[in-house]
Parts: sequence; C-alpha cells; structure tokens
Amino acid sequence: MATIAAPTYAPAAAPPRVADEPTGLWSWLTTVDHKRIGTLYLFTSLFFFVWGGLEAAVIRAQLAGPNMTIVSAETYNQLFTMHGTTMVFLAIMPLSAAFFNLLIPLQIGARDVAFPRLNAFSYWIYLLGGIFITAPVLFHVAPDGGWFGYAPLTTKASSPGINIDFWVIGLQILGISTLAASFNFITTIVNMRAPGMNMMRMPMFTWNAFITQFLVMLAFPVITIALQFLIFDRFFGTNFYTTAAGADPLLWQHLFWIFGHPEVYILILPAFGMVSEVIPTFSRKPIFGYPVMVYATVLIGFLGFGVWAHHMFAVGMGPVADSVFALTTMLIAIPTGVKIFNWISTMWGGAIRFTTAAKFAIALVGMFTVGGISGVMHSSPPADLQQTDTYFIVAHFHYVLFGGSMFGLFAGIYYYFPKFIGRLMNERLGNWSFWTMFVGMNLTFFPMHFSGLLGMPRRIYTYDADQGYTLYNQLSSIGTAILIVGVAISLYNLVRSWKKGEVAGNDPWGAGTLEWTIPSPPPDYNFAELPRVTSRYPLWDVKAPALTREVPHSERGDRELEVQGPGALNGDHDVLGTADINPTGGPGPRGGAPVMANAMQRASERPGGRLPTARELGIPMPNPSIWPLVCATGVVVMFCGLMFLEKSTKLGVSVMVLGGLWTAASLLHWLTTPLEDAH
Amino acid sequence: MAGAASTTVDQITSANQADTHTQGHYTTTGLDNRKIAIWAFIGSECMLFTSLISTYLIYKGRSLVGPYPHEPWTDPATKKVFPAILDIPVTSASTFVLLMSSLAMVLAHNAVVNADKPRTSIWQSSKLWLGLTAFLGAVFLCFQAYEFTSFVHEGLTIRTNLFGSSFFTLTGFHGAHVTAGVLWLLALLAIDFKRGLRPSDALAVDLSALYWHFVDVVWIVIFTLVYLIQ
Repeated sequence: MATIAAPTYAPAAAPPRVADEPTGLWSWLTTVDHKRIGTLYLFTSLFFFVWGGLEAAVIRAQLAGPNMTIVSAETYNQLFTMHGTTMVFLAIMPLSAAFFNLLIPLQIGARDVAFPRLNAFSYWIYLLGGIFITAPVLFHVAPDGGWFGYAPLTTKASSPGINIDFWVIGLQILGISTLAASFNFITTIVNMRAPGMNMMRMPMFTWNAFITQFLVMLAFPVITIALQFLIFDRFFGTNFYTTAAGADPLLWQHLFWIFGHPEVYILILPAFGMVSEVIPTFSRKPIFGYPVMVYATVLIGFLGFGVWAHHMFAVGMGPVADSVFALTTMLIAIPTGVKIFNWISTMWGGAIRFTTAAKFAIALVGMFTVGGISGVMHSSPPADLQQTDTYFIVAHFHYVLFGGSMFGLFAGIYYYFPKFIGRLMNERLGNWSFWTMFVGMNLTFFPMHFSGLLGMPRRIYTYDADQGYTLYNQLSSIGTAILIVGVAISLYNLVRSWKKGEVAGNDPWGAGTLEWTIPSPPPDYNFAELPRVTSRYPLWDVKAPALTREVPHSERGDRELEVQGPGALNGDHDVLGTADINPTGGPGPRGGAPVMANAMQRASERPGGRLPTARELGIPMPNPSIWPLVCATGVVVMFCGLMFLEKSTKLGVSVMVLGGLWTAASLLHWLTTPLEDAH
Repeated sequence: MAGAASTTVDQITSANQADTHTQGHYTTTGLDNRKIAIWAFIGSECMLFTSLISTYLIYKGRSLVGPYPHEPWTDPATKKVFPAILDIPVTSASTFVLLMSSLAMVLAHNAVVNADKPRTSIWQSSKLWLGLTAFLGAVFLCFQAYEFTSFVHEGLTIRTNLFGSSFFTLTGFHGAHVTAGVLWLLALLAIDFKRGLRPSDALAVDLSALYWHFVDVVWIVIFTLVYLIQ
C-alpha cells in the first residue's frame, strides 16, 4: 500500500462540475463563494492592470523624445498619479487578494473563508471604490498629487480642484475593503485550518498571506487617519497640514510612510509566497529551509514597520534618525536575502521543469534581486540624497514591483489557472509571453538606472535634448511597447484557454499541497471530506513519498489525529485523508479510503465527470446574498456625499444621511439573515 | 426589526451548537470565528488610536494661537484673556462614569452566562446591567457634548488652532466609538427584552464587552495623556 498512483485522467472533454452550479449574472452579484469572489477579483484587477498599463504607455510615449507635447504637464501629473494609484491599490493588491481568496481556504482545507458575506462585501467595496477613483480620468479631473499625495501639497490651499478629493475619498473607501478582508483572512487562517494543519505545516503561500494580513491590519489604520486628517482639512477647515497655523509639514510624510513601507511588503509578500509554491513543485523538491522561510517572512513583517523614514532621508531628519533608519533598512535585506538563497537552494539539484509558471517564478528571483540590490544602495543616506526623486528610484521600485510582484503573480496565474478553470493555459503562448515580457521589462526599466544617475528627475513631463537623457528614454519607451505585447499575449492566452485549454485534471503539475487533491475546478464545497494533514506536502506523502522523506512529520500531530499504521511517520504511508474525517473520532462515512482517491473516483463514476453536490454530501453551504453588494453601495454613497458638500451643504449632508441609512438598513438585513439554512 | 434580530441570534447559536463538528463549522482553536475577528479588529483599532494620539502629542504646544489646553492665553489683538480650556474635575467625573460602565458590562456578561440558573435577586438581571452599561455610556457622551459645546463657547473650535484640530478629532473619534458601542448594547438589550438572552448568547455579549472594554482602555490613555499630563 505504499503509494497511490498519480491521477491518470483519461482525456476528458470538459472539466468535472457539480450539477447544481448556479449560473447567470444574479449568481455572480449574490455570490459568497470564495472561488467566485477570487475570480471577480482576478478579472477586475487585471482590468485595472491594463488600465494602469495604458496610462504608463502614454507616459512613455510622452517621454519617448525630448520636448514632446503628446500630453500637457497637467495631464502628465494626472497620468503618473493615477498610474501609481491604479497599480498599487487597484491592480497588484487586488490581484494578490484574488489569490488569497482562491487559495487560502483550499490550502488549509476549509470550506470557505470565515465570513463569506464580509468577503463579498470587500470585493464590492473594492470595485465601487476603484470606479470612484478611476472615473475622473475620463473627465480630466483625475487626482494629480502623486500616489503618495504629499500634504501640504494636497491641501485645499495648494490643490483647490476636486482632483484630490476623488483621491482622498477613493483611498478611504478602498481601505475599508482591504481592512475587512484582513480580519476575514486572519480569522480564516487562525481558525479554519483542517485537523493536523498546524502552523508549521501551512503552505508557504498561506504563510506569506497571513503575514501580509497582519501588515494590512496594522498599517491601514495609519493611512486611514492620515487621509481623515486630509479630509477634515479639505472639507472642514482643520489645521493638520496647514503650515501657516504651525503644522508640521512632515506629519503626512511620516504617517503616509508608516503605512507606505509595510505596504511595500503587502505588495511583495504574496508574490514571494506564490514563488515558494511554484519553485518546489517544478523542482520536485520540498522548499529548502521551510522554518527559516517562515521566520524570514515574520521578520520582514516586523522590520517592515521600522524602516519608513528611509523614504524621507532628503527632508533632513538629522544624523541620528538617518543612521537608525539606514541600519534597519540594511537589516531588512537579510531576511529578504535568506528567501532568495532558499529559493536557489530549492532549485539546486532539483529536477527542474521550465514551464511558464516556473519561468516567471525563477525570473522573480533574479529580477527581485536586481531591485533589492538597488534598494540597499539607497538605504545609505549619502547615496540616497543623490538618487532620491530621480529615475534611479523609478528603476528600483519597478524591478521590485514588476520584476517581483507582477512576475510572481503571473507565475501564480499560469500555475493556478488549471486549478480554478479546469483547463491548462497554452504553454507555447506562455513561453512567448514570458520572454517578451522579460525582455520588455528589462529594456523598459534597466535604462532608467542610467537616466536616473545622470540626474533625470521623476514626475517631470519632459526634458531637453541636450540633457543626455534621450537615448535611455527611447530605450525605455521601446521596452514598454514590447512589454505591452508580452502582457497582451498572456491575456489572450487566458481568454483562449478558458474554453479551449487542455483539460487539467486534479493535479496537472505534480504538486504537493492540499489544493491539488481536489477536482479542478473545485466544487463549491471544496473538500468532500474534511482532510487530515500530517505533513507539509500531504499529496507528495501519498503520491511520491520519496520526495518528502526529509520533511519532518510531526509525531505529536500524528498522535493527535490517531493516524493508524506502522508507516505513518516515515513517509511510507497513505495518511492523507485516511479513515474518518470526524475529528471527534469514530469512522467516517467512507472509512479507510484516502480523500483524493474518493474524489477522483467519484468524478469518474459519473457521466460527464459530474461531481456530487453539497446537498448530496450533506455539507452545509452559505446562502447567496445580495446584501453585501447593497451595503457596499450604501457605504460608497455615504462617501460621495462629501463631494457635494462644497456645492451645497444641504445636498451633501442629505446624500451622506441617505447613504448612512442605506448602509444601516442593509447591514441590519444582512446581520439578521442567517448565513446558512437551519439544518 | 428586533424580532428578526432575535431569530438570527437563535439560529446562529443553534447552528454553532449543533454543528461544531461537521465540516464548515469545525474550528482549529475551538473558538468561534467571531472571537478571533474581534481581536483582529481591536488590534487594528489600536493603530488607529495610536496615530490619533501621536498626532495630538506631536502638535502639543505647537499652536500659534490659543486657547491652550493647560494655560491661559491673552489674545494680543483684543487683549481678551482665554482661560485654560481643559476642565479636569468634570472630565474626571465622566471618566469615572465610563469606568463604572465597564464594571456594569462585566456584570451583564456574567448575568447572561448564568441566565439559566434560578434568579434570586434583581442584581442578576442581564437587562439591568446591559441597560446600565448603555446608560453610563450615554452619560459619558452627554459629558462630551457638554465639554465640546462649552469649549466652542470659550472660543476653541476644530478650526481655531492645532490643539483644537487634534483635540476634537481625537476625542471625537473616541466619542464615535462610544456611540457605536451604545447602539450595539441597545441592540442586545432589545433582544433581551424580546426573548431573553440565554447562556448560548454569551458570545454575542462577550464580543460587545471586548469592544466596550477596549474603548474604555483607550479613554484611560487619552485621559492620562491629554488631560492629566500638562
């Protein structure tokens, strides 16, 4: 009984489905299923990614030659502001959130997130807030104060237009979504892990997501307050950022970067987690130094709160503060470096398969290192003073955000598409897309190091021919065109594979974690039986025990789960899902048979690969609900009221009261409707 | 509306009791999800108030014009004298009221936990203690309304100076939290009157209690840093 054969699917015409799967627009508006919400996040964030990319394309067109006049200086300000805001808050963060939604419950063996309706609420707030902050672009009143919105520049005295109003209120709306999601995911990971899934058995993606949620939980309240001060200043005439009244012009910078630096890790940690899933699978080796990876993640999260002022060396904080923040910044490179070395060590001696996902993941290791090294360069205040506000910084953070976050998330898209759609993405197109993006990305951002060191300032809409920036800018602009082609190929691949891709089966990559034990796409209830976990790679324990011989299997955990059989602790076993699913003991309904074998068998037993429904399995499911959407609309209406205040106090207050009552009424309805039917 | 609310609590509770061990209701820690979530929420709130209090402290003594919190100020233009704004005796009284509300909250939770035992006196009534907690919270809010109004009469508004902006925003945020807490307690009280809170509802009361104590602790910090330390 050593192993169970790898899932050998006969070529099927279509991925398996449950029979009672709801369809139609209403089912999407009312969905509380984490996989559907994840899909909504995925497409919305990809839409905004394209939107932000087009903004970047206009910027690069404007900078393609000296003294070009494609856009005016005012439009340029709006473009770079919205490019940054869109990419940070509307593209990368929600794309990570898409994967949190899709993966966390599957990786820890749960039916759904802890609060499914709150999860839907988070998505709707994100969508409406995203529209709120993006729509002004169409009317040429888009925010123009930079994605960091430095006050006093953004106060009414310096920016009297409504542009900044959209930004400050839009971010406040988006913050609600992110914070609600963080409470939800923290609770899910703390409290909904399947029996045996102790913290040190959690997949690396879930670990990184977990730390990310703590960063969100602790960093977002700070920007909430900073934005609230700015709202009060702009709408009610308070003095928080009024230097004429004695206000500290650095207050905003400190508050913003206390949020803003953890935000950097909020953007990159999910990608790190993704790569930590992809590299072991395609190296056919467990992750190297799992505990060290976990501690490094925790340490990054911890130190991430102690480095914010390295964004402010140029303001002259004095030698003590400069030294402290320089040291903490250098220190945080250590856990990050540990991760790089651990990924390399994971690949070392592995049987590497260069799939598209693997290529993106390995590219992250290289590209993030480039961005990381230029980052350590400006941890030194004297060096930073030369580089700050130049294109060198732009080069640095695009290597980190595009070469890091986006490459990691693209690896995730290629890796997990088959799990959630049931079909593989085309590898040939993927290969083309990867290499085009890789070349385009480097051609776009590498020359910026040089233009930056030559002194080209950021956020200036043009330059003169005799300044020596022309060549580097031309290269960057050509690179952007190549990059756009690369992204377009992947998006085409995504749409095409949706219906035409090869049917994937449960585990197309030979991965080791829990989500690959269930059918692709997973049925709404995820796991037909509550899985029992005795190691970090439960699926490898069953399918390829030789791979996990080195991975510690907790004896205590095995004992707690009363795992039977002599082979239970040495990897030569079929522990996963063995026997009952009921943690209180006693044989389960299909005692003795491993979960995934059951699921696969059941799928193949039925015509057309039909999976049993939740009702047939007796699994209680949350009811769909429209109230999260209604409630989210009310919240956004309430914030919109602020926009009318200046025109007419009465109108503004009425809209806010209307929104408030709307929110309260829908919240009451939401809270008084049970999540599940009584059973 | 209260009827609908009570149905829900019934259903949620019965679901929790019946299905603790089936899939979808199994929890790793054995605690209810809502308990974990409220702690995460409170952790987040800590950073919210830390930001507000830090801003107040950073701006302390930096106002270019008065009135000031702890010392009188003479307007150089009009020679009008503005006394020190903060009234520590009155605020001590309101602080005492809020502290006592926490005691009432503990007794309310205790009464709900023991609601199934035969009741020997009125002091074991959860309605009494929930009502008292909400009442004391409301009294605290009245104190704050009085304080805000008198400050405005004395010449300090949210626009006057840095002290006014940071003071009203900080205490206003705290007051908004107390208001939310009072509404929460009143909702529980409504359910209690409708059908009576049982020991199975203890978690619902516990969540509001955690929030209420947190808001209380924040006030102790504010009272110390803003009012007592000069």
